[in-house]
Amino acid sequence: MENILGLVALACGLIVGLGAIGASIGIALMGGKFLEASARQPELINELQTKMFILAGLIDAAFLIGVAIALLFAFANPFALK
Amino acid sequence: MAAEAHAPTASEYIVHHLQHLQNVKQTKIVDFSVINYDSIVVAGLLGLLAVYVLWLAARKATSGVPGRFQAAVEILVEMVDNQAKANIHNAESRKFIAPLGLTVFVWIFFMNFMDMLPVDLLPTIWSKVYEAAGHDPHHAYLRVVPTADLSTTLGLAFAVLLLRFWYSVKIKGAGGWAHELVSAPFGTSKNPIFALILGVVNVLMQIIEYVANTVSHGMRLFGNMYAGELVFMLIALMGGAAALSLSGVLLPVGHIIAGTIWTLFHILVITLQAFIFMMLALIYLGQAHNAH
Repeated sequence: MENILGLVALACGLIVGLGAIGASIGIALMGGKFLEASARQPELINELQTKMFILAGLIDAAFLIGVAIALLFAFANPFALK
Repeated sequence: MAAEAHAPTASEYIVHHLQHLQNVKQTKIVDFSVINYDSIVVAGLLGLLAVYVLWLAARKATSGVPGRFQAAVEILVEMVDNQAKANIHNAESRKFIAPLGLTVFVWIFFMNFMDMLPVDLLPTIWSKVYEAAGHDPHHAYLRVVPTADLSTTLGLAFAVLLLRFWYSVKIKGAGGWAHELVSAPFGTSKNPIFALILGVVNVLMQIIEYVANTVSHGMRLFGNMYAGELVFMLIALMGGAAALSLSGVLLPVGHIIAGTIWTLFHILVITLQAFIFMMLALIYLGQAHNAH
C-alpha cells in the first residue's frame, strides 16, 4: 500500500514535470518566432497574434490534461482505493 | 458539509466534489447507462441562457447608433463569421455552419464560465436543499461545470464528427467520399495488387485520423476545465486548512492571492478553449468540403 502511494506520488511528479518541460519549450519556440516575425513584418502582428493564441492553447492543452490526470491520481487515487 | 461527524480531510473533500449527481455509480470507464444529471441540467439551462442573451441583442438591434451590448454582440458575430469565411469556402454550407460556430462558442464559454463561480457556492446550496428535502446532506453531490465532465465534451466532439460525415457525403457524394477514404493520404495505384494494399493502408490511416481528431477535440476542452476546477478546489482547501491549525493564520491571505491570480489566468483559458473548440470544429468541417 505505502509502496503504491509512493510510486503514484513519483508518477504525478513526473507527469507534471515532464509535461511542463514540453509545454515550456513549445511556447518558448513559438513565442520567439512570433516576436521575430512581427519585428520583420509589423503589419502582420494582428493576424499572427490570433494564430499564436490558438497555438498557445493547443500546446497548453496537452500539459493541462496531464496536470488534471496527475491531480486526480494525487487526490482520488484509483490505484490505492482497492 | 460533514460538520457533525468529522471535518472532511483534504482527500475526502476533493473526492466529494468530483462525484457527479448521477443515476447509478460509475464503476467502469465506459458505461453508457450512467447519466450525469448535473451536467445535463446545467448545460441545458446555460444553452437556453445563451440563446436568450443573443435573442435579446437581436430583438433590440437598431440600424442606428448601436448601444454597448449590441456592439459587443456584433463584434462577436462578425468574428465568428470571419473565421467561418476563412475556413469554409461554400456559401450554402456556411448558412448552417456559421451560426453553429457561434452557438458552440457562446455555449461552451458559458459552460466554462461556471468555473468562475466560487467552488463551494452551488454545491453548498444544493446540500442545504437536499437536506431540507429530507435526505442525507453527505450524499448531496453536484458538479457545476458541465465541460469538466468528459461525457459532455466528447458528446460535443462526436456531434462535430457526425457533421463531418454528413458534409463529406453531401459535398462529395457517397462515391466520392468512399474514393477519398481509400486513396488519401497515400494515393492509389494502377496495379490492382498495389491499389488494394494502398487502399487498406489509406482506410486505416483515415480511421486513425478521425478517431484521433475527435478524441483530442473533446479531451482538450475537458482537460483544461478539469485541471482548472481541481486547482480551484486546492485553493479552497488552503483557506479551509487555516481553521484547523493556529500556525495557518496566514493561509487565508494566500488563498485570496492564489485565488485571484488563478481566476484572472482562467478567464484567458476559458475564452481561449471555447474559441479553440469552435475553430477546430470549423476547420474540421472545412476539411470535409475539400476534395483531395
